Amino acid sequence: MVPLSYYLVLSGILFACGVTGFLVKRNIITIFMSIELMLNGVNLSFVAFAAHWHALSGQVFVFFVMVVAAAEAAVGLAIIISVFRTRQTLNVDRVNLLKL
Amino acid sequence: MTPNFYLWMIPLLPLAGAAINGLLGKRFSRQTVSAVALTFCIAAFGWALFVVSKFSGLVLPHVETLAPWLRAGNFQVDFAFQLDQLSLVMLLIVTGVGSLIHIYSVGYMWEEGGFYRFFSYLNLFMFFMLTLILASNYLLMFIGWEGVGLASYLLIGFFFVKDSAASAGKKAFIVNRIGDFGLLIALFLLIKHFGTLNFVPLFQNIASMPVETASAGLLTTIGLLLMVGACGKSAQIPLYVWLPDAMEGPTPVSALIHAATMVTAGVYMVARSHTIFERAPMALTVIAIIGCLTALFAATIGVTQTDIKKVLAYSTISQLGYMFIACGVAAFSAGIFHLMTHAFFKGLLFLAAGSVIHAVGGEQDMRKMGGLRKKIPYTFWTMTAGTFAIAGIPGLAGFFSKDEILWRAYQASWAYWAIGLFTAFLTSFYMFRLWFMTFFGEYKGEPESRAQGHDSHGHDTQVHEGHGHSGVHESPMVMVLPLILLAILSVVGGYVGVPGSLGGQNHFDKFLGPVFRSTAPALNAHHEQPGETAPPEQTTEGHEPEAGHGTEIIFTGISVSAGFLGLFLAWLLYVNKPQLPQRIAASLGSFYHAVLNKYYVDEIYATLFVKPLIDGSTSILWHGVDQGVIDASVNSTADGAREVSDSLRHMQSGNLRSYAGWIAAGAAAVIAYMIWMGTR
Amino acid sequence: MHLALFLIFGAICVAGAINLLVQSHPINGALSLVVVMASLAVEYLLLGAEFVAAVQVIVYAGAIMVLFVFVIMLLNAGVEEHTKGSRVALLFGVPGMIIGSVLIAWLLLTNSGTGAVAAGALPGAPRDLAQLLFHEFLLPFEVTSVLVLIAIMGAVVLASKPEPLPPPEEER
Repeated sequence: MVPLSYYLVLSGILFACGVTGFLVKRNIITIFMSIELMLNGVNLSFVAFAAHWHALSGQVFVFFVMVVAAAEAAVGLAIIISVFRTRQTLNVDRVNLLKL
Repeated sequence: MTPNFYLWMIPLLPLAGAAINGLLGKRFSRQTVSAVALTFCIAAFGWALFVVSKFSGLVLPHVETLAPWLRAGNFQVDFAFQLDQLSLVMLLIVTGVGSLIHIYSVGYMWEEGGFYRFFSYLNLFMFFMLTLILASNYLLMFIGWEGVGLASYLLIGFFFVKDSAASAGKKAFIVNRIGDFGLLIALFLLIKHFGTLNFVPLFQNIASMPVETASAGLLTTIGLLLMVGACGKSAQIPLYVWLPDAMEGPTPVSALIHAATMVTAGVYMVARSHTIFERAPMALTVIAIIGCLTALFAATIGVTQTDIKKVLAYSTISQLGYMFIACGVAAFSAGIFHLMTHAFFKGLLFLAAGSVIHAVGGEQDMRKMGGLRKKIPYTFWTMTAGTFAIAGIPGLAGFFSKDEILWRAYQASWAYWAIGLFTAFLTSFYMFRLWFMTFFGEYKGEPESRAQGHDSHGHDTQVHEGHGHSGVHESPMVMVLPLILLAILSVVGGYVGVPGSLGGQNHFDKFLGPVFRSTAPALNAHHEQPGETAPPEQTTEGHEPEAGHGTEIIFTGISVSAGFLGLFLAWLLYVNKPQLPQRIAASLGSFYHAVLNKYYVDEIYATLFVKPLIDGSTSILWHGVDQGVIDASVNSTADGAREVSDSLRHMQSGNLRSYAGWIAAGAAAVIAYMIWMGTR
Repeated sequence: MHLALFLIFGAICVAGAINLLVQSHPINGALSLVVVMASLAVEYLLLGAEFVAAVQVIVYAGAIMVLFVFVIMLLNAGVEEHTKGSRVALLFGVPGMIIGSVLIAWLLLTNSGTGAVAAGALPGAPRDLAQLLFHEFLLPFEVTSVLVLIAIMGAVVLASKPEPLPPPEEER
């Protein structure tokens, strides 16, 4: 039997990796993927708790998270395409027209 | 049923004149402005005469309440006006002499700029002075008191483009305020201990109190504080310094305000408060001493001055000293008598001096005058009347009033009498010196045709240049007529107060008797007690045996001879042997210089009070508090806000990754908080 | 047995996540993300959430990641270049997260005493899930459909080629 906390640790590691990628990477798409990684980690902890407490609403929530992630990915990638068209670059440091 | 004379109309008429001239006068012609001003002023005089005609049937004191003013618990003060013998006398003096001076001013100020402004201020002054006189409580009187100070400031600084005039106005106002501070504290004490400021109930209350023998009783304190106020307003030591500077104002102003009426407000106030002073002998002594010192002090300075108006200014201070000597020996009616005669002859002297100045085209230095008596005869004869009056030549007004004071002073202390006598000698001397220097000898001024292009609109020294007349000329009738009227008054005005020793009835003293004797304290058999407090029946000299008359005649003779001695000495020094004054001055050396420079009092005040105050204010209040604390705190708040926002600005860097970093940091903080809350 | 499975697929998960961080070309990152998602699906199965595992594979790995790959190919994204980034990010973010995750891990592992989770004996059947979804969570369900609609429209608008501007009118 796997203790609950193992699942949570795994979820935490995934989340941490996601945040690190979000902060460190320079490619916009990679940053987006790190965001997806974070969401996945969170999904895992939802499901783990759902199983632990025998409450199915955890899984329902995962369902919603996924829907939102999908919508967000769609719109976000559309934005990236738009940015690419104007700035001709996928490097997030070059998207700095608002810099002081 | 007490009749209602609408006493409040008397002050209000000049106020209406002031308002009309002040608001609309700029558009009026000079004729209209003067018509308005004169109408309202003379109307006030007419009203006063009307009141006089109804006077004999009145129950006194006659109080008319116009409207309620302050109510604070038991303390109550109304706009109420009081009529009794004292206020009646003052009323006639102020309106009468005031009207004459208004008439004179029309001629004097005709060429000046700001004509309407002058008459507006002059009427305003009349309003405040009449309020002061007619008030039936101290607070309304204080309004008049402050108001005349304001009018004085406005009028002294009338030629405000001149720095010296503006400073003189300021000086007058500030020094007055110092006196007013004392007066205010006296009022507070009165409110605290007696609960009312209305004259009638207050004095009835005080009348039941015994005479204070200790030197620091309540009434003594109040009396001394009242005297501080009087010192400021009536230019006594130590607050007299504003009056000589006030000569910067136009000459009618000097005549009206600084000779006849405003400066006498202090004497009036002391006379009105006689109930208090009669019960505070220490305060009376102080008043007498101050009066003596001031009279002597100012007379000595007056001897050396060369500006005709300054001589008259110091003379005014000296004569006011006489009035205070009279009050100080509780001879209040004598003081008021001298006030009246002084209004006549000093007003006359100032107006005549103005006429002289007008005649010689603006020159005020007597050393440049001389031999004018043939050229300006009216001025000469009227000024002669005034000079003889002030010197105490027998038969004229000043003689009677001054002698009355000297006699009373002697009855209190021979020292007062001696100083008063010496001052009378000096008075006679410097007045005749003025008379001789101005009207006799050779004309030492500039040659006759002075066609200097003077700009006569207040940008120059005194006034009256550039008429287009050349040479020394007599003043127009509008100026001469008041001179004549005042001269007549200076001659005959004294006959209402002829003392018993010279065969008269002293009507004046009898007239004012009920005012001053109704609240006399209970007598102990102190023979030195001044005559006012005798059992109230007959004349002042009633308690004096015939031998007293004889002594009085002797003293009168002594003071007359002092007057003639002054005349002789002036003739000697300024007509007969004109080189003598220089030699005497040279031999007196530094003492003479000290007197010439007014004993350096102004300089002493500047060093002792003015300079430390200015320096302290500059360094402590301005740099320290205003700039260092108030400005600094406001500025540092602004600077702090700017610095905080400067440092916060770096969050908005336009760099996406730093935004990401901040988000992550914030999220970490929130998570940490939630964990901490969860584990508690 | 469950534990072994858990550990194996957990390790694969973590490896994939770290690979995402390490790779410089985004396509490699995308593919390792797919690996992460697949192993997560297995984890879900271990937890008895069959439906969720299926949806994970179909939607997440099958649609979203495909979309990512499309865009990477479309934009011809190359290898990341090195640019100077933000100090804040590196300063706060990385150490912060490392510390945070270590802390959480420690807390969880020392405080757990929670029971184990059994597999398979759990209600993860689609039928029960559907019951829940269409009864208690009906409103959020409908709202998310609207959300998806909006997202579609937004994506279309944002990504479409901008129309060429009409030539400026001279007659104005």
